[in-house]
Amino acid sequence: MTRSGHGQQPPGGPGAWYDDEAGPLVRPYAMTGGRTRGNEHELNMITLVLTVAAPTDGALGWERDEILRRCRTPKSVAEIAAAVDLPMTVVKVLISDLMDRGYVVSRSPVLARHLQNASFLQVVLDGIEQL
Amino acid sequence: MALNSFDPVAGGVGQQSTKILIAGGFGVGKTTMVETISEITPLRTEEVLSAVGAGVDDLTGVERKGSTTVALDFGRITVSQEVIVYLFGTPGQDRFWFMWDELANGALGAVVLADTRRLDACFPAVDFFEGRGIPFVLAVNCFDGAELYDPDEIRGAADLDALVPVVLCDVRQRESCKSVLIVLLKYLIRLSQQMPAVVS
Repeated sequence: MTRSGHGQQPPGGPGAWYDDEAGPLVRPYAMTGGRTRGNEHELNMITLVLTVAAPTDGALGWERDEILRRCRTPKSVAEIAAAVDLPMTVVKVLISDLMDRGYVVSRSPVLARHLQNASFLQVVLDGIEQL
Repeated sequence: MALNSFDPVAGGVGQQSTKILIAGGFGVGKTTMVETISEITPLRTEEVLSAVGAGVDDLTGVERKGSTTVALDFGRITVSQEVIVYLFGTPGQDRFWFMWDELANGALGAVVLADTRRLDACFPAVDFFEGRGIPFVLAVNCFDGAELYDPDEIRGAADLDALVPVVLCDVRQRESCKSVLIVLLKYLIRLSQQMPAVVS
């Protein structure tokens, strides 16, 4: 589909609309079906995502399959975005889809009020001291 | 393994995440610090931010004016079976990240890296964290050839609150980066003990 809005073929065939300045032929939101929202799960850049089931038909497309493969151990939204080389906003839509289908679960970051909890902070301190 | 405790019925992931921001002027060593201390090869991700107030009346330039892409380098430290800390080096070239609420929200704390040869380059980050109420330490990256200053002198020059720790470091050295984070965590613990207990 072109963005001419009239369903006409451009002169010179479908490829003629594009030149070097047009950028990548597949815009990121094409992978989300044009949706920029779909983040009803309130995913954050450090929300952890874990794969709990995987379809066997392979029909989800490379990006979603790659997310399921990467998240066999918990990965943050930022890590997933880096792995599939897409902006985080796009990746959040893809992850939301996978959550709706029951393939992944997520865990929100430590709540703000717990960030000031001394025993939580001590766990982080102990971990850093042991690096 | 933390995942042994994973309970699919409860839908839990077993680990929880938090983040520390590494900020400061361009070229001060933010990415080097992330590289030095991260357990994974640092990753880069991008986010498209809306540039609030940008002119949109000239349609030919809408995309360029209306939004900007900000790249972020980050790493990870697994500090326990329950907690993963992500370290985000804030973008140095521009100040658009100041509008990035999601980056600042929920941060455990921050390290502001400074270079004494260009101390003023760290002031925007200091202002930002003070304004947001995000606790931070000022870590002076001791570049070869830079004069060594007394931390109190630097505190005065940067007009920092007397409680804010100022440390000297070398971001290429793992132990040095560790000690900066340890100072930050001890500072956070001191602050938490000064606050009235939060009922959770």
